[in-house]
Amino acid sequence: MSALLEVEGLRTHFFTRAGVVKAVDDVSLSLERGRVLGLVGESGSGKSVTGYSLMGLVDAPGRIVSGAIRLEGEDLVALGGEAWRKLRGNRVSMIFQDPMMTLNPVLRIDTQMVEAVLAHHAVSRAAALDRCREALVRVGIASPDERLRAYPHQFSGGMRQRVAIAIALVNRPALVIADEPTTALDVTIQGQILFEMQKLCRETGAGLIWITHDLSVVAGLADEVCVMYAGRIVESGPVDEILDRPLHPYTRGLLDSIPSRNVPGRPLAQIPGMTPSLLALDAGCAFRERCARAREDCRAAPAPTRPAASRTLRCVHPLA
Amino acid sequence: MRIAAETAQPAPERAPAGEAPWRRFAAEFCESRLAIAGVVLLALIVVAALAAPWIAPQDPYDLAQLDVLDSKLPPGSQSLSGHTYWLGTDDQGRDMLSAILFGLRISLMVGVASTLGALAIGLAAGLAAAYFGGWVDAAIMRIADIQLSFPAILIALILLALLGQGAGKIIAALITVQWAYYARTVRSSAMVERRKEYVEAARVLALSQPRIVFRHLLPNCLPPLIVVATVQVAHAISLEATLSFLGLGLPITEPSLGLLIANGFQYLLSGKYWISFYPGVALLATIVAINLVADQLRDVLNPRLQR
Amino acid sequence: MLAYALRRLGQSALVLAVMSFLVFLGVYAIGNPIELLVNPEADQAERLRAAAALGLDKPLLVQYGVFLLHAAKGDLGRSFVYNIPAIQLILERLPATLELALAATVIAVLLGIPLGLLAGLKPHSWVGRSIMAGSIVGFSLPTFWVGLVLIMVFSVELGWLPPNGRGQTVSLLGVPVSFLTWDGLRHLAMPAFNLALLKLSLLVRLTRAGTREALLQDYVKFARAKGLPMRRVIGVHVLKNIMIPIVTVIGLELGSVIAFAIVTESIFAWPGTGKLLIDSINQLDRPVIVAYLMVIVAIFIAINLVVDIAYSMLDPRVRIGTAAPAH
Repeated sequence: MSALLEVEGLRTHFFTRAGVVKAVDDVSLSLERGRVLGLVGESGSGKSVTGYSLMGLVDAPGRIVSGAIRLEGEDLVALGGEAWRKLRGNRVSMIFQDPMMTLNPVLRIDTQMVEAVLAHHAVSRAAALDRCREALVRVGIASPDERLRAYPHQFSGGMRQRVAIAIALVNRPALVIADEPTTALDVTIQGQILFEMQKLCRETGAGLIWITHDLSVVAGLADEVCVMYAGRIVESGPVDEILDRPLHPYTRGLLDSIPSRNVPGRPLAQIPGMTPSLLALDAGCAFRERCARAREDCRAAPAPTRPAASRTLRCVHPLA
Repeated sequence: MRIAAETAQPAPERAPAGEAPWRRFAAEFCESRLAIAGVVLLALIVVAALAAPWIAPQDPYDLAQLDVLDSKLPPGSQSLSGHTYWLGTDDQGRDMLSAILFGLRISLMVGVASTLGALAIGLAAGLAAAYFGGWVDAAIMRIADIQLSFPAILIALILLALLGQGAGKIIAALITVQWAYYARTVRSSAMVERRKEYVEAARVLALSQPRIVFRHLLPNCLPPLIVVATVQVAHAISLEATLSFLGLGLPITEPSLGLLIANGFQYLLSGKYWISFYPGVALLATIVAINLVADQLRDVLNPRLQR
Repeated sequence: MLAYALRRLGQSALVLAVMSFLVFLGVYAIGNPIELLVNPEADQAERLRAAAALGLDKPLLVQYGVFLLHAAKGDLGRSFVYNIPAIQLILERLPATLELALAATVIAVLLGIPLGLLAGLKPHSWVGRSIMAGSIVGFSLPTFWVGLVLIMVFSVELGWLPPNGRGQTVSLLGVPVSFLTWDGLRHLAMPAFNLALLKLSLLVRLTRAGTREALLQDYVKFARAKGLPMRRVIGVHVLKNIMIPIVTVIGLELGSVIAFAIVTESIFAWPGTGKLLIDSINQLDRPVIVAYLMVIVAIFIAINLVVDIAYSMLDPRVRIGTAAPAH
């Protein structure tokens, strides 16, 4: 069975007056149906831009420079504007970080949900409304009719995000991209939503890419993990293996800096230095300035290797 | 639409830290070719107006120089003494070019004088409101708000109807109409500054109040103030021209551009357009030049657009 | 909502009272009321009688009371020139001014919003840039000069449109209006466009700024991610958001359009209250000036009040408030 999503050598660059920002620089990943992929990295690592690239939402001055994106075998990079539009919200959908801002404050919930259905299916408004009700129930909203007639500002953050998730799922997409959807929410709500999303994806067979900076979120949720740094995937593999036996120094650094993993009384560990500016990247390993294991040969482009069957790595001096 | 650019791009490097603020300001300002054109045009106009007594071919106020037989001549005609009227003459035989140069002078003078006056009053009122707060603030701002909710032209008209004609009165009316803009602008900048910690610190150190106001609050209020003042000069000039056109502004002995235009209005329908048209072009050029400069100033000085 | 409306109503009444006091002061305390309110050709005996009738020997507050009392009855003096009650004169001319103001507003809205939207969607294209340049020019041109040029071009050179006066009127709900006749439209075209120009430029700039800001918002991102066609994203999502502040501005500017009509009416000899005001100032017909002021102030305050309440109804966040958020 072919993979649901295959990304090969994706490069998305931004051509600004100050120079070329290589936000996504040679990213490759794949996702099977019904599986969850965690895309982990700090701010500025290019994980969100990767998500947007998969949706065709990268606007000037940025564009996909090279690479392939194959959804159920079909290449997406070569698609034109109208073809992308038909795909978005239909076969691929996205959930954003701040539900307060993503729902239009002056339109009712039912307006915003129904239009997502009507943009892709020629059904009657009543039929579209039924589908919306169904979608709301599936995300755990008990009395959907009341909610449909309301405005976004009348809900709490968790509720709004559930509505956003319902909208993303209403057309039963094959791929869902979630860009830090729980970062702006209370921790308790976070847990609920994580659980529900996982369940929904398994039920519908959709693939889920969960973009986050928080490794601990990924631990409970994902099947596979890709760790991104400065536009490149530095390590990827099944989640248990990555968490137990990280090979890239950066992944190790991320894991060590999680407070709950720390021994009480000892100072919190952190990765020294700062993320490099995406304007000033060269071909060599972007992490070498901050890495304790860096040597001369880290200046050359670290080619992706396969230390195990299901793992990839970009490092010439891995941890094991 | 910059969807991904915001999240992906780190802020590009600005000019190196050691560069003098003036240079950077000038560099940013000159990024717009329109703005440069505006400055050049404005400079030309100001120079022409200031030099009017020397460069104008004729003194339009000297009745001895006027010859009624030369009246209403179209542009380019020759006078009996062999002198060319480049822009024609008006109904009294006045050379339009000279009249326009002197008219520019008066229009600019009234515009700038009233702006400076309004600026001074508005600045004082706004700073007082921001610094003292409480009922002083409420009172000043209420008055300003009520005044601003009525159109300037109406207030000016009524004032002039009550006060009568004359340069001094028109300047007074323009100042009355404009002070509120400055007061509001200064107050909002000053309010923001006031909340900042260094003002608390200065207070705690018991620095005298004038010192706090002048050395701390004032410099931070200047950028938006400069922008408002520049735009307001154009408004003042335009308003004065309108009032003069309606017959309520300057008297005929000190004709500003507005009055020149009004004068020529009656001849418009008989095809003698130049008596009104060219003063109008001069007025237009002045206002457009000022607005172009003001627009770019606004972009350069706006802290939210600081890249 | 009701509480808000009542509060605003109270505030408006207060402002009206304050303004009437200021007008009163201007006429009675600063100016010489005899000079201002009595026909300059009256002889001494008439002046004394008028002084007594106006109560000028009584304390200022009593005079104010008398003034208010008369004003409430609609008596704001008689015009010297026309010798009919000033208020009647004003009310006779008001429909012409309102027609002009409304026509100008309609033109400004119908042209300004689409142009501003276009400029906001494509800010760096030549279309966007020329619209912005045009708005700067439109904004800078003094109204009276534009009127001049319009007359020069369309009346003198081309002879298409009449340069002054109001066209044929018909009665609509008892009020004479001229836009329903072809002749009326021909007369209305230039003055209305002249008056509209300033507001048009303002609306273009406002709409452009609003559009640019709105396009950066997350809900636009989300709308596109839903796969909505651009025309829906712009036409529904963006437009509805920017309309709220724009409608507010249009409403508030209506008052200033009525004021600016003074200039347009003078140029095009449009028989409205503006022209009346200028003529009265020149002819020293003070009662008419006072009556004009009071009517204008009342109109302004009414407009401000209506716009405030309308705004609170248009924005669902204000209208519904944050009622019990549900989990």
